[in-house]
Amino acid sequence: MAEPLLDIRDLKTWFKTDDGMVRAVDGVSLHIDRGETLGVVGESGCGKTVTARSVLKLIDMPPGRFEAGQILWQGRDLIPLDETEMNKIRAREIAIIFQEPMTSLNPVYTVGDQIAEVIELHQKLSRKQAMVGAADMLKLVNIPNPQRRVHDYPHQFSGGMRQRVMIAMALSCQPKLLIADEPTTALDVTIQAQILELMQEMKERFGMAIMLITHAMGVVAETTQRVVVMYAGKVVEEASVEALFGDPRHPYTQGLIRSIPRVDRSAGRQARLESIPGSVPSLLDPPPGCRFASRCRYVMPACTQAIPPLKEVAPGHKVACIL
Amino acid sequence: MAGLTPASLTADAPAPAVAAPRKNRPTSPWQEAWRRFRRHRLAVASGVVLLLLIAAVTLGPFIWPVAINEIDFTAKLQGPSWAHPLGTDDLGQDLLARLIYGGRISLAVGLAAMVVAVVVGVVVGALAGMSAGWVDAALMWLTDLFLALPLLPLLLLLMYLFRDHFKRLFGVEGGAFILIVVVIGGLRWMQVARLVRAQFLSLREKEFVEAARALGASKLRLVVGHILPNALGPVIVAGTIDVAAAIIAESTLSFLGLGFPSDIPTWGSVLRDAKDYLDIAPHWALFPGAAIFLAVITINFMGDGLRDALDPRRVL
Amino acid sequence: MIPSLLGISLVLFTILAMAPGDPFEELATNPAVPPEVRAALRAKFGLDDPVWTRYLHWLVAMIQGDWGFSFVSRMDVDKLILQRLPVTLIVIGSSQIIAMLVALPVGVLAATRPYSLFDQVANTLAFVGFSLPTFFTGLLFILVFSIQLDWLPFVYRANIDATGWQFYWEHIKQSIMPVMVLGLFQGASLVRFVRSSVLDVIKLDYVTTARSKGIGERKVITKHVVRNALIPVVTLVALQLPIVFGGAIVTEQIFRVPGIGSLLISSMLSNDTPVVMAVTFVIACLVVFFNLLADIIYGWLDPRISYR
Repeated sequence: MAEPLLDIRDLKTWFKTDDGMVRAVDGVSLHIDRGETLGVVGESGCGKTVTARSVLKLIDMPPGRFEAGQILWQGRDLIPLDETEMNKIRAREIAIIFQEPMTSLNPVYTVGDQIAEVIELHQKLSRKQAMVGAADMLKLVNIPNPQRRVHDYPHQFSGGMRQRVMIAMALSCQPKLLIADEPTTALDVTIQAQILELMQEMKERFGMAIMLITHAMGVVAETTQRVVVMYAGKVVEEASVEALFGDPRHPYTQGLIRSIPRVDRSAGRQARLESIPGSVPSLLDPPPGCRFASRCRYVMPACTQAIPPLKEVAPGHKVACIL
Repeated sequence: MAGLTPASLTADAPAPAVAAPRKNRPTSPWQEAWRRFRRHRLAVASGVVLLLLIAAVTLGPFIWPVAINEIDFTAKLQGPSWAHPLGTDDLGQDLLARLIYGGRISLAVGLAAMVVAVVVGVVVGALAGMSAGWVDAALMWLTDLFLALPLLPLLLLLMYLFRDHFKRLFGVEGGAFILIVVVIGGLRWMQVARLVRAQFLSLREKEFVEAARALGASKLRLVVGHILPNALGPVIVAGTIDVAAAIIAESTLSFLGLGFPSDIPTWGSVLRDAKDYLDIAPHWALFPGAAIFLAVITINFMGDGLRDALDPRRVL
Repeated sequence: MIPSLLGISLVLFTILAMAPGDPFEELATNPAVPPEVRAALRAKFGLDDPVWTRYLHWLVAMIQGDWGFSFVSRMDVDKLILQRLPVTLIVIGSSQIIAMLVALPVGVLAATRPYSLFDQVANTLAFVGFSLPTFFTGLLFILVFSIQLDWLPFVYRANIDATGWQFYWEHIKQSIMPVMVLGLFQGASLVRFVRSSVLDVIKLDYVTTARSKGIGERKVITKHVVRNALIPVVTLVALQLPIVFGGAIVTEQIFRVPGIGSLLISSMLSNDTPVVMAVTFVIACLVVFFNLLADIIYGWLDPRISYR
């Protein structure tokens, strides 16, 4: 098998707080191949975002720190790199877009300025050429009237349009990997679909890989090829999208899938939407066994003894459960 | 793709500590505040120094029973010695005794002016917060107006215009004291008023107030029993800072010759007398200046520690 | 701007109207003032008219710059103030510049390394800075730089009999201490404003976006943090202005700088009421004017405002 584009091995990103160490990411391993879309799903607070930001080393240190693990980018470990080295990778090779388009853009600069900033830096262009490039990027992400809109400020754009601007900015240097951290969560449903469509379109055009972080199983089913399910700072299941929805093995994954509302059931027979009782346990001094044990319907005594390892149950399908 | 509702799991709320046993015992808010205050070492040290300072000015006259106006020209403008630990002024008066006396006045003015400021602020803030609409708008306009007033010139103006009148009414020292306290307090209530009003606006719709209202609590009881206690933390912090500001204001007035008359030795008026002898008797100016500085900085540090303890979200 | 000016004038007039006795009573005891002048003043200010008429008369007179006559300086009050105003504005202006020059780098640096040694030292020094009253700092400066070291003159002279470079050098030399006293005091509180404002901004999403662009931490701070952090600071600086004018009065008095602050004190000590009222009014107007200026700067820094 060819070397993966990004290979995260046993990553532990911990945060030091007044009350102790918060193990936000606690031994996560995942990889992304060239040109594929990997979905990373899980509830809020399960470590998805920290994993994503760890890749670009956008974690504030302190309080955060890499306790262990490797982040191999095309075979090269990013963790020991200094800021100067990282800055050659940021935006040029790996770009990221965030959940909140309303706050992700600096309100005091025009969007053109903020896009041109990236182009100017990484493509060594003059400001004037970079502004032309910025307008081109806005056009590419289907923002009407791009020549004029580059001179507008973020507050003059709607949420969906701002997320388009973010995508334009992220793709302006044609990165090999786009990390999308809940890119549609803050948007209206109809806009969500447009943004996902746009990302798909961009992917076909530029051929980059996408790491799509979301808590919406529906989005995962529609857009990804492979899925990693995270729970409480750990990977609990990894499978192709077909295998995951067809044969979910981990009780948590099963719970997630059952919680998707189905439109094909008629209203009269509609079963109650299931939810998983309880919430993610504290990542501060987590319990010794499986972290899902307290909410699992199949919990056994052995579950609270030791953390079950991630085992391959079928080709490319890994589960961390003793069942 | 359309028609897919993203399935949000129910757990979007911040995860409470379900599995992990809490290490800390459940504590009352005041214990928690005390724990946070203790972590601010400068604030704790300042508290100790401030207590010492207060003890010195209250108990001082018993330990150091020297008259403040005992004139001794043979011992004028002397530096510190055993007979006069802080030296003497141009009339040979003992500086230690005068600074102890002045400290009482300065600290009393600071505290009393703070009380005036807090009372006025709470009343204005509570009135504005309770009575939305034009009363609120008018009171807030007044608050903003007062915030934009040049404080010191107005203080000076008021002292200038009313000083003699108050002297006639309440005597030299009493008149000056009452006037200074009222004027300083009356020009520093705005911060408290804003805090109290903000607290009203944010708490008015909260459940426990709603519940109390549903139970038929009267408006006054609601204010006194539920809303004001919640505003207490920020108000204590603002009040602490006000004490320091009032001490500076009083010293400034006295230094400029428009506060206490110079036969009443406050820290500011001693400094005023000393400033023309800087070259031959620097100690005369240094000790009262240091006393003001010490009082003000310890109170400010206390305020900072109290802010950490009582009002952790605010940064300024 | 107009409502706040009217409000301030109302406050001033209320104080004046409430003042016990006749504000011009002192003139009677002043042998330099003939009784006719006093009677004329009483008539002009209409001291027996109803209160609203008196307010309107007073306001009109104030707006027209008809501020009366200073019996101590023996000249019209408006001329006197115009003579003194530039010095005050220069002292306040340069001290604000000093304050910004100190507070901006220190505050930003402290906020980018929160709880580091530098942050703690800067924070403690800031506390010391604004806990030291200006009148004491002024005396300390005189003690050290004029008396001990003999570097700087401690009395400000308006008429320096030198020419060319010497003239400017003397002016700068005698301005250093007043400007520094005021600037450092102001800078100390500004450091804390800047620090906390930068701390607020630095954790916002768009700063993370900027970091993810690979433009380097230095540019992230200078381009994406500082300008945004300055927006609330401008408001706070405007709120501090009344305090700045207070500080200017004290420093002018200590260093005998011939500005409107020392004019205010000396007229109070010599019971020169028309000057006292006019100077207070002028200072109030200046505060309002600088607040307006702050609003303009605010709009310039924050495009969201100017588009509204």
